[in-house]
Formats: sequence, C-alpha cells, structure tokens
Amino acid sequence: MNLLLLIILPLVTALAILPLKGLKQVRMIAFIGSLAQLLLSTGLLIAYWKERSSGNMAAMLFEDHYTWYKALLINFHIGVDGISISMILLTAIVVLAGVLVSWKQEKWNKEFFFLLILLSLGAYGFFISLDLFTLFFFLELAVIPKFLLIGIWGSGKKEYSAMKLALMLMGGSALVFVGLAGIYFHTDINGQHSFDLMQIAGTRLPLEVQKIFFPFAFIGFGVFTALFPFHTWVPDGHSSAPTAASMFLAGISMKLGGYGCLRVATFLMPDAAHEYAWIIILLSTIAIIYGALATMMQTDLKYINAYSSVSHVGFVILGIGMLTKTSIAGSVMQMVSHGLITALFFAAIGMIYDRTHTRDMARLGGLLKIMPFISTVFVIAGLASLGLPGFSGFVAEMTIFMGSWQHADNLYRIATILACASIVVTAVYILRAAGKAIMGPVVNTAYESLGDARWNEKLAAGILLLGIVVIGVAPFWLSELIGPGTENLIQKIAAVVK
Amino acid sequence: MNYSSYIALIPLLPLAGFLMLGMGGKDRFKGSAGGIGTFLLLISAALAAYTAYQYFFVNGKIQDVYQPVTALKFTWLSFSENLSIDMGIVLDPISVMMLVVVTFVSLMVHIFSLGYMKGEERFSTYYSFLGLFTFSMLGLVIASNIFQIYIFWELVGVSSYLLIGFYYKRPAAVAAAKKAFIVTRFADLGFLIGILVLGLNGGSLDFNTLVERLTDPQSPQLVDMTATSFLGISVITWALTLVFIGGAGKSAMFPLHVWLPDAMEGPTPVSALIHAATMVVAGVYLVARLFPIFYFNHLALQIVTWVGALSAVIAAIIACTQTDIKRVLAYSTMSQIGYMMFALGVSGYGGEAGLGYTASMFHLFTHAFFKSLLFLGAGAVIHLVHSNEIKDMGGLQKLMPVTHFTFLIACLAIAGIPPFAGFFSKEEILLAASLHHPIIYYIALVTSGITAFYMFRLYFSIFWHKKTDKEKQPHGEGTVSMKIPLILLGAGTLLAGFIPFSSLVTTDGIPYHSEFHLSFSLLPVALGIIGIATAYILYFRQNDRPQRISSTLGGLYQLAYKKFYIDEIYLFITKKIIFNLVGKPAAWFDRHIVDGCINGIATVTASISSAIKGIQSGKVQQYALYFFGGILTLAILFIYLWT
Repeated sequence: MNLLLLIILPLVTALAILPLKGLKQVRMIAFIGSLAQLLLSTGLLIAYWKERSSGNMAAMLFEDHYTWYKALLINFHIGVDGISISMILLTAIVVLAGVLVSWKQEKWNKEFFFLLILLSLGAYGFFISLDLFTLFFFLELAVIPKFLLIGIWGSGKKEYSAMKLALMLMGGSALVFVGLAGIYFHTDINGQHSFDLMQIAGTRLPLEVQKIFFPFAFIGFGVFTALFPFHTWVPDGHSSAPTAASMFLAGISMKLGGYGCLRVATFLMPDAAHEYAWIIILLSTIAIIYGALATMMQTDLKYINAYSSVSHVGFVILGIGMLTKTSIAGSVMQMVSHGLITALFFAAIGMIYDRTHTRDMARLGGLLKIMPFISTVFVIAGLASLGLPGFSGFVAEMTIFMGSWQHADNLYRIATILACASIVVTAVYILRAAGKAIMGPVVNTAYESLGDARWNEKLAAGILLLGIVVIGVAPFWLSELIGPGTENLIQKIAAVVK
Repeated sequence: MNYSSYIALIPLLPLAGFLMLGMGGKDRFKGSAGGIGTFLLLISAALAAYTAYQYFFVNGKIQDVYQPVTALKFTWLSFSENLSIDMGIVLDPISVMMLVVVTFVSLMVHIFSLGYMKGEERFSTYYSFLGLFTFSMLGLVIASNIFQIYIFWELVGVSSYLLIGFYYKRPAAVAAAKKAFIVTRFADLGFLIGILVLGLNGGSLDFNTLVERLTDPQSPQLVDMTATSFLGISVITWALTLVFIGGAGKSAMFPLHVWLPDAMEGPTPVSALIHAATMVVAGVYLVARLFPIFYFNHLALQIVTWVGALSAVIAAIIACTQTDIKRVLAYSTMSQIGYMMFALGVSGYGGEAGLGYTASMFHLFTHAFFKSLLFLGAGAVIHLVHSNEIKDMGGLQKLMPVTHFTFLIACLAIAGIPPFAGFFSKEEILLAASLHHPIIYYIALVTSGITAFYMFRLYFSIFWHKKTDKEKQPHGEGTVSMKIPLILLGAGTLLAGFIPFSSLVTTDGIPYHSEFHLSFSLLPVALGIIGIATAYILYFRQNDRPQRISSTLGGLYQLAYKKFYIDEIYLFITKKIIFNLVGKPAAWFDRHIVDGCINGIATVTASISSAIKGIQSGKVQQYALYFFGGILTLAILFIYLWT
C-alpha cells in the first residue's frame, strides 16, 4: 500500500474544489473526497492487519523514502504503525463528519471546504511522517487554515480568537522546532546529522542534550494539546470556530500535539521523559481537575465542551507521563476516543446553534421535545464524555487509570486518584448541561417550530457514534491494533527506567 | 442442556429489545413496544427459571456442595499479562437466585406497565429503557470479574438516570435523575479506586482468583496487603472499604442515601423494579460476592455492619413522618437494605456460622417480592387518585379490592408477621444478629417494631381512614395487566418464605438445615403487632391524635420530617463550598490570571513593537545614520575587546 495516496487524495480533492461553482458541486466533491479518504484509511487498516497476520513484525509498515533536500539530509520518509493508523482513521472519520455537518455552508463555501480538506492533508502528512522535518512541515501546514477558518467563518469574537490560536500554536511550533533542531544537531549517524525518526530512535542521545531539548519539544507539542498553562487558546478558539473547524480542532488538531509528545519527545528522549515525568504528571493532573472545575462554571455549550477537552486531553498527557505500557496504550486510546466524542459533541452543539442561534444553556431548554434526534445525540455524546461503559471514553480512561496505578509512589497515586475524581466532576457538568438545555420544559416557545436533524447531520452523527460504540463495545481490536506500536515505545522507555 | 448454549440469551434478549425499540424512535413501535418488550423478557425469565431449576436441583451440586460454574468467558480488554477485564457468566447460588429475581420482577413490571403507562407519549422509549436496565442488571449479577461488575454497575446507574428522568419536562424529575447519578457516581469513585487497589495488589481482577488469594493467609498478596498500611490502616481494609463505599452508594446506605427518595420522581413501576427490588440491592450483592474476603477483615466487616444498622434505623424513623406514599416506601427500602447489609456484617463463614449471609440473601429475595408488590400497589393507587400524597387518599378499600388485599399481604410481610415471606427472612437476620452482635440485635428489634408501625400507618391511611367516596374516583382499579402482577407477586409474598434457603444459598456452598425457634420469634412478632396496633389507633379513623403527638414531639418530629437535614448539609457542601469556593475561583483564575498572562505577553509584545516601529521610518538618511552608528559602535567594541 502506498502511503503517498493519503497525501495525494486530499490534495487532489482540494484542488478539484477550486474551479467549481456553487455549493452543490463543491460539497459533493468534498463529500466524495472525504468518503474516499475514509475508504482509503479503512483499506490501510485492512492492509495493516494482513501484513501483521502474515508475520511482518517490523516497527513500521509500508515505508517509503524520497530524498527531499539532500544538503541537510531531509528525507521524505513515511511509514505507519498501529498508533498512526488509528490516528489516520480518526482523521478520516472526523473530516467526513465535518464535511457533512457543513452541508449548508453558504458563505464562501468553496474556500471553506478547500481549507477543511487542506487541514486533513496536514494531519495525514503529520501522522505518516517518520522524518522530523517533514513532520514539522505538516504540523505547520495545519495551523494557517485554522486561522482562516475561525477568522472568516467563526462567530463571536472571532478575530481575537483566531489571532490568539494562531499565535499560540505558532509559538508552540517554534518551541517544537528548537527541540527538533536540538535533536538533529546532536545526532551522529555515520558521522552525519539526521532527521530520521527511526534512525534517531536506534541511538541514545546524551542525557544533557535530552534534558535541554525535551522540554522544548514536549511543551511545544503540549501547546497543541492544551497542556496547562498553555491551554487558553482552546476555549476561545473552539467556541469561535465554525462547527466543522471546532470538530477538527478538538478532534484532530489537539491529537497532533499528543502524538508529537509521544512519538517525538518521549520516544526520542526517554531519559529526559523519565527525569521530568513528575512535572508532566503534575501539569496534566492540574489540567484534568482544573479543566473540569472550570467547565462546571460555564454556561455556553461550546465553552463547556472546550474546557472539558482541556480536562480530557489531560488524560492523554497523564498517560504519557506515567510511562507504563498500559498507560501509554490508554493514552493513545484516549486520543482516538476523545477525538470522536468531542467531534460528536461539537456536531450536536453546532446543530443546535444552527437552529436556535444561541449556545447559552439558560436560553435553551426542553429541546428533547422539539428536536429529539439532535437532543439524543447530545445526551449520548455527553454520556460518552463522562465515561459511560459501552462508549470509547470508558475504555480509554480505565486503561489509563490501570496503567497509572502501577506506580506505587505516592505522587503517582495521588495524581491517579485526582484523575479518577475528575470523572465525578465530569458527570456534574455534563448532566447539568443536558438537564438545562435538553430536558425540562420548553423555555422559548419560538423554538417549537424548529426542525430536527436532516439526513446529512444524521449521517455525520451516525458515523462518529459508530466509531465510539465500536471501540466501547469491542475494545480488544483497538488495543490489539496499537499493541505493537506501544510495545516499541515502551521497550525504549523500559531500557531507561531500569 | 449445557448452560453455555443459551445462558447468554438471558441478558441479551432485553438488550435486543432496548436496541430495537430505542432505534425505532418514539413512533415506529408506538403500539407494539409493550408487547415486544414483555415477550422478550418472558423468554428471559423462562430461561432464568430453567437455569435455576437445573442449577439448584439437577447438576449444580458436586458432592453435595454447590460449585460455581463459569458458563462463558472471554477477554474483553487486557491491561497487562494478568490484569484484564473478562466478560463472563458465573453461575453460583447467589447469581442464579438474582437471575430469577431480576427477570421475574422485571417481567412483572413490564406487564404492569402495559396498563400503567398506556397512552404515554414515549411509550416505546420507556420499554427500551426498561430493556436496557434489565440487561445491565443481569450483566451485573452474572459478572465473573470485578471490573465487569463495575461496567454493568455504571450501566444500571445510567438506566436509572434515564428512567428517573423519564418525565423530562418536569424539572423535579430532571433534578432527581441528576442527583441520583451524581451521588452514586461519587460513591463509584470509591469503588473504582478500590478496584485499582484490589486489582494491582491482588494481581487479578477475577473474582475467583481474588477470593482465593485474599482469603489465604499464606498468599503473598494478602501478606503484602495486610503488612502495608496507609494512614495506619492496612491496604486490604482500604480496598474493601472503598469497594463498600460504591456498594453503599448504590444501595442508598446512610450517608449516601439522599438520592433514593428523590428518585421516586420516576414512573412508579420503575421505582418498583429499580429502586426497590433490584438495582438498590446491588451493593448488598457486591458485599456478598466478596464476602469471604470481607469475613477475614474485621474492621471492614464492622463498617458494613454499622452502616447497615444505622441506615436501617434512621430510614425507619424518617419513614414515620413522610407524607408522600412513594417516599415512605423509599425510606422503607433503605431500611430493609440496611437489614440485609448488617446481616452480612454479623455473619460468620462456613456452615451454620454463615447464617447471616444466608439470611441476608433470603431477605433480599423475599424483599424483592413484597417491596415491588408495595410499589406496584402504590402505582395502582396513584393511577386512581392522581396524587402521591397520603392526604389525598383514604377509604380506597372498596374501590380497589385486589390492590387492597395484595397491599395488605405485603404490609404484613414487611412487618414480619407469620406466615408471610418477610417474617422468615427477618427472623433469620435477627437470629444471626442475636448470636453474633447483641447491640445490633436490639437496634434491629426496635427497627422492626417501627417498620410495622409506619407500614400500617401507610396502609390505614390509604385504604381506611376516610369514608369511601365513589364520585371522586370515577374510573376503576385499573386494567387486567395491572392486576395480574399484583396477584402473582402477592402469591410470591405468601409462598417465598417457605423456601428452605439454608439448603440453597450458603457462604461455602454446603447446604445446612436452619432451625426454626418459636420462642425466639415471640418478641419480634409481638413488637410487630404493637406497631400495627399503634398505627390502627392513630390512623384507622380520622382523628387528631397524630397531630397532637407530632406537636408534642416538636423539634424531634421536625428533625425526622426534614430527614435530619442531611440534604441541606449536602447542598451546603456542593453549592456553597464546591461551586462558590472552588469552581468559581478556578474559572476566574483561568480567564484572568492564566489567560491574562498570555494576553499580557501579547500586549507587551504589541506595545514594544509599536514603541520601536518608529525606527523603521523608511528614511534613507536615517538608515544611513544607524548604519554608520552601528559600524562605529562595533569598531569601538572590537578595538577595545581586542586590546
């Protein structure tokens, strides 16, 4: 299977949109393009299973090398393991759902879909890159479209939010770049520096180097994944963004950071990760609890989901910081799970907002009677988010808890207990939101004439929900999928811990 | 027939009903939902009954000992080599008993609801939720793995949430649903951490393995968990206490009971099923599951005992003052579960020493019958008078003979009057308590007198008290579908007491013969009769005696009427402390301090750049000046540093 297809397909789709005229044509091409992405990534999954079951236990599959810039030894090196495949699948699902919920995008629809597809290109490129430079390139590629999507199609104080998001993410990228450059200049592979992730992983960087550059890389990626205290772009950015962009931001963009923290920072500099683990755990525990408490006070539905994302993505970082095989597997599961759940949540909020033009809980109420489908989706997304068994969130969180508890150290134990305690707070804010907005008597009688979800919205919710339920009901296949990948990571880390 | 060939169908059929009716929305199966749900459950119940017959009477015993049978098992999610969540079906005396209880009561509720919920707008949604609940509850009782129990534990919690909030347009129902979920979730936090401790320190999540290891004083796991301590209490005690907190939350034990009375906002048949007969006994079931481990830990067992006993007496006192028929029943449920809980606490292990355990399970079994009967009877009454308040009732005995008669049977049973079911199970509990724990015995004895009083206060107030007023209640007692479950449950209440429980359910699976002591029973029964007589004097006819007593008691009466202000304490902690002193500052801190810093950096950057932007003026002469100035400076530096 040629992984380049994952880049070519969105590129072709994006370019094909440009000459089109009219919403109907544009959205049809975008739909077909994103559907093809989903089929392609499913194909990739199947190809992966086939390779694995035929006994191919290589760390990375479907590798390809292209020389890009010889002078600096920048190669276009791509390849995937189970972890990246799960991320790719997540991206494909969220993008397809995002296209579907933007079905009625009137204003500048061509540019809107173009940018949305371009974002997915950045994400795919990032997840398949095994070369630090190209990885960084794709990371950057995914920032500018976000700025435009929020600035042009957003709502509320959109210019401020767009600027804030872009600046903070750019700042994060700058840190990442310093980290990557630091790695590059301290590698010595046959007398040459290297950007190649797998090659670097085969060596061990000097401890002092790791100690200097690990914080750059980790915090840089951490900004993307809303690491406390660099999370403040999240509430503004998520809530000002148009629905599809919110879905992408929370669903995928934050996972770029988590993936980077894991694949680049921790994998390449495990000594430093081990050294600094307590700081990572401290910050992520703060994010989990404090994000949850802050969510409890919000009244805007999007702010609720944005802050709860801070809390839930905190689990990803916590899992990485715990550095056990179980916790890292849980962390990857949480990335996939949170991506799907939060996208579903934003989709439901977007559908409500499209109809009522408000996201203020106090002005909503009794929606279950008016729009049963959307309300049910909202409640299900909420239940999934609070970690109900049967949905993916439960599986991921429990795996992280199990992995974290393996440390007998008091700090780790307290962090785990606090993280567990956050699920109670989550229940409070989710049920509060559902109780106010969805249940109760109809507050505004003008809403009574509003319609329920259309087919495109139902389809969008359906595919997201399918992903959430499949993981939640049959988690074994996901844990098998990411198993070899996490095994590779943990071997490198285990060598250090001992 | 081999169990594994059909056993999974028992939980899966209700699940199928849930999915089918749930996906159909509220219109697709509007007319047929009740029929579909009831039919599926009928099959489940039949299979469960068949399983019970097979297990107890055909092949469950091997050399006269009931052996646990693992009928099904697969790994659902593996954490590490020895820790994994396995989904399995374990058949042993208590799980088989629970299979029967859950499916039977659920079936009764399904049938009753055919009439009770008729014409409801979300009729099919209601049945789909019932299916979800039944599935989850069945999954809970057959669990082979402590994490499996936790999974279904959460699922019954959410089904309870959905059903309490079924009348979602009523803010009170929504609030009650939320409260129930959050309070039990808070308790589940304890359960979860308890699981983590048990799992990681015990090295397994499997019930059998855990019980095996943690009851063997030589096993390295138990040695380690006893030797290590945290805050002066050994790890094993912590683990068991934390798990018990989860159980106490679900079983509405003091002080985590506050959600149960509010949960009565749900449809009455739901209260019968979830909040009386099945879900609320899950905590008792959990302790029973882990009983061997509890038995070897004195402190944890003491906690179980005292929490149970306190709940029993506190709830009974509150029940005497409440005026909402369902709330009285809710407190009575809490009180009876308290009995089951402390019965486990006073139990020994092995043979006749395990009488408390047997009695607890026996009481759980009989309670399921008479309490669901009471709730369904209350449902029929509410259906007729359209009110939950006792003051709107009275003189109903002629209007609803079937309800009246079955309700009376249930009241006699709960009051512990022979030969009704409650008598036998309660006698065993009292006997076990008197043998092992005299203080608890006296508490239980007093409570049983109070129980008889408040139940007959309820009975007389509903069915006698006033003259029958036929004009006010034009329509009759309810449909046939409502009467059938009442009659069947009434029959159950009459007969269930005669089941020789000690030869079926014991701590170690070895049957024994429990003695029946007439002399021992005299005192409790006498107390019951005194309770009933008091209620008769006060409530049979309208009079001002109850009024006078309550005003004489004054503050004490108010204290009980206000439920000892426990709700208010919780509200103070959550609203005032957590919301205002933790949540609000956190949100403020985030917007003003953390984000303020980030914005501050941006502002500073912007102002610096605007301050220095004058330098880039575009005037060539100025640039030339900077240029030469720079060269000059560098030259000077260069010369100085060089020399």
